[in-house]
Amino acid sequence: MPIEHLDPLAASLFSLLAIVSLLLAFAMLASRWLKNYLYAFAAESWVIAALSVLVGFTSGYPELYLIAALTALFRGMLLPYLLWRIIGRLKVDREIHVILQPSTCLVLGAFFVMFALAVAFRAAGTVHLELTAAVVALTVMLSMKLIGFLMLAVRHEAVSQILGLLVLENGIFLGSQILVPGMPLLIEMVILFDLLIVVACFGVLIRYLVTHVGTTSTLDLRRLVG
Amino acid sequence: MILAALLLLLAAPLAAAALCLVVRKPRIVEQFNLVASVVSFACALSLVFIIDGTTHLFWGDYIIIDRVAAWVVLCTAIVYLLASIYAVGYMRLLKEDERLFGFYALFAGFGFTTLAAPLMNSVGLYWIAIELTTLVSTFLVAFERVAESMEAAWKYIMVVSAGISLALLGTVLFYWAGSFVYGPTYNMTWAALATASPKMDPILITLAYLLVLVGYGTKVGLAPMHTWLADAHSEAPAPVSAMLSGALLNTAMIGIARFLGIVRAAHLGVLPQMALVVFGAFSLLVGALFILRQRGIKRLMAYSSIEHMGVVALGFGFGGPLGIAGALYHMLNHSLNKSLMFFGAGNVMRAYGTKEMGAIKGVGRFFPAAGSLWLAGALAITGAPPFGLFLSEFTVMRAGMSPGFSWAVYLMAILLIVIFVGFINHFRGMYYGVAGGGEPAPAPFSPWCVAPMWLALIPLLILGLWWPAGIWDYLTPVVQVLSPGPP
Repeated sequence: MPIEHLDPLAASLFSLLAIVSLLLAFAMLASRWLKNYLYAFAAESWVIAALSVLVGFTSGYPELYLIAALTALFRGMLLPYLLWRIIGRLKVDREIHVILQPSTCLVLGAFFVMFALAVAFRAAGTVHLELTAAVVALTVMLSMKLIGFLMLAVRHEAVSQILGLLVLENGIFLGSQILVPGMPLLIEMVILFDLLIVVACFGVLIRYLVTHVGTTSTLDLRRLVG
Repeated sequence: MILAALLLLLAAPLAAAALCLVVRKPRIVEQFNLVASVVSFACALSLVFIIDGTTHLFWGDYIIIDRVAAWVVLCTAIVYLLASIYAVGYMRLLKEDERLFGFYALFAGFGFTTLAAPLMNSVGLYWIAIELTTLVSTFLVAFERVAESMEAAWKYIMVVSAGISLALLGTVLFYWAGSFVYGPTYNMTWAALATASPKMDPILITLAYLLVLVGYGTKVGLAPMHTWLADAHSEAPAPVSAMLSGALLNTAMIGIARFLGIVRAAHLGVLPQMALVVFGAFSLLVGALFILRQRGIKRLMAYSSIEHMGVVALGFGFGGPLGIAGALYHMLNHSLNKSLMFFGAGNVMRAYGTKEMGAIKGVGRFFPAAGSLWLAGALAITGAPPFGLFLSEFTVMRAGMSPGFSWAVYLMAILLIVIFVGFINHFRGMYYGVAGGGEPAPAPFSPWCVAPMWLALIPLLILGLWWPAGIWDYLTPVVQVLSPGPP
């Protein structure tokens, strides 16, 4: 069922879950402990899995149950576990040099959400979707994107950069569940597996970084310039 | 027949990768990879002829082979072949024999992903294929396991993954825009989007297109998203640099060209083309400035890649028969020429034991034949006649001679002259410069390392002296796909 014909209860539940995951992205911005990022990311993935179930139920796409299960398994458990192991091995548990204070990040994040809302209104308005679910989904998608980029920019621990990247992808995943639930199953599944490979690659790279560069802070990666 | 060639094209590198992991003997795995590249090249070349100008779809529309795809696959296969020949000689110099099987497995895997990506007909699968090329090549960039290559690999995967996630967002928005035309579930192929785009919401697809442009533009190395490119190209082993520059950048560029075709079909005015032209012109500018001040030999080549991708972007951005044909022709020439340049740079780097151009002197005296070959390549890469790039750059410039874009053509002309001066000045220093002390002559290059340079230069010279009518006939109908109608 396309998004225009959602019943109001489902639409508000979608919006609720989308906003919860946006709040979790803010929780990541507000902290400087790597473990907190990790918990917030895992929780966000479970919220997205719940959203997939809900979308599958209300719009009649049974394959979304499979996606939900895979999301919960991969993004909710396996990826956080892999990252947790990396954090444990690295003996780095928080951002040491803070480029921007968490409070400043929160304010910036709020501005990003406002910007995303403006863009979403413009884009969704022209296709006559004043429906809140679509606007909220677009807003959350764009603002999680921007927040992820903010995290990439101001966090320099290797693990937080990976998490920033995963937030970018979570935003897209969340938005696409609401906006385009009918996207072919094959693509979504491959993207999930793809993410797993990405994180595995990062794990290997981090180990190399430790042995050959002696640090996991990307601030120290400054040999190659010009 | 086409299906067989297609299967063989993709199966050969995949099989080579698997065999490399099983056999693990350094002298045998290099032959596996070499054989795979020869087979892939033969298939790619025959595909160009046997597809006969029509579009063929396979496996439930997931695979497309049309003129565009066949052309890009041919460019990729040429670089894969040349780089595989070169790798045999070059990788032996690194004295990493026990890890060589891993290198060749990844190298063949990289060949496979770059050959497969242009063949994807589903826009989503294309994104995944591009992402896979990044993952495979990251470990090739990191192969030498020194601090610099680790740093390059980290920046590469980080910047490109972040960039390409924008392309995914754009892809999802395209799907969403299409779902108002086709209903919630449909097969998002290039053709389906192009058919539906006139009926899609203009603001939505403009937004989606810009996201896709920035996303894949990161992978292409268009400035200002080019920051990963110089590091990765300069720190990877030379055959990998050639593959990154000659093969990988094209496979991402063709995605941009196809998306541009889709939005042009929607008649959104001049904005989509102008965005690409601006990125292209800015890449030329950044490339020119960094070329002038460059000290590292492989970084010089990397910035030259940014410059040439800028030229290709300009060609696609200008559009029309001349622009599209010129851009595709430029892709082929650049693939040949940049392979030659990276091979020469790798040779010289190994012989002198440094990447600093200031420490490389007297190339002409120590290596009269191979050094001159490299010098000829340097002339060619700056767009000097009588080589292929002169023709293709000239064609792109002619394509831009319209009131809206002529500023870009003048800018391009000035910057190409700047780049010519900068490049030749660097080469003058390396070729004729006299070494300070009376150090002994460096060891001569192995034939494996020189032969692919000849194999690249000769076609380049032929393509510069004579643009075969067959190529023109082949490329002009592509315009219908990539640049449908005036805006």
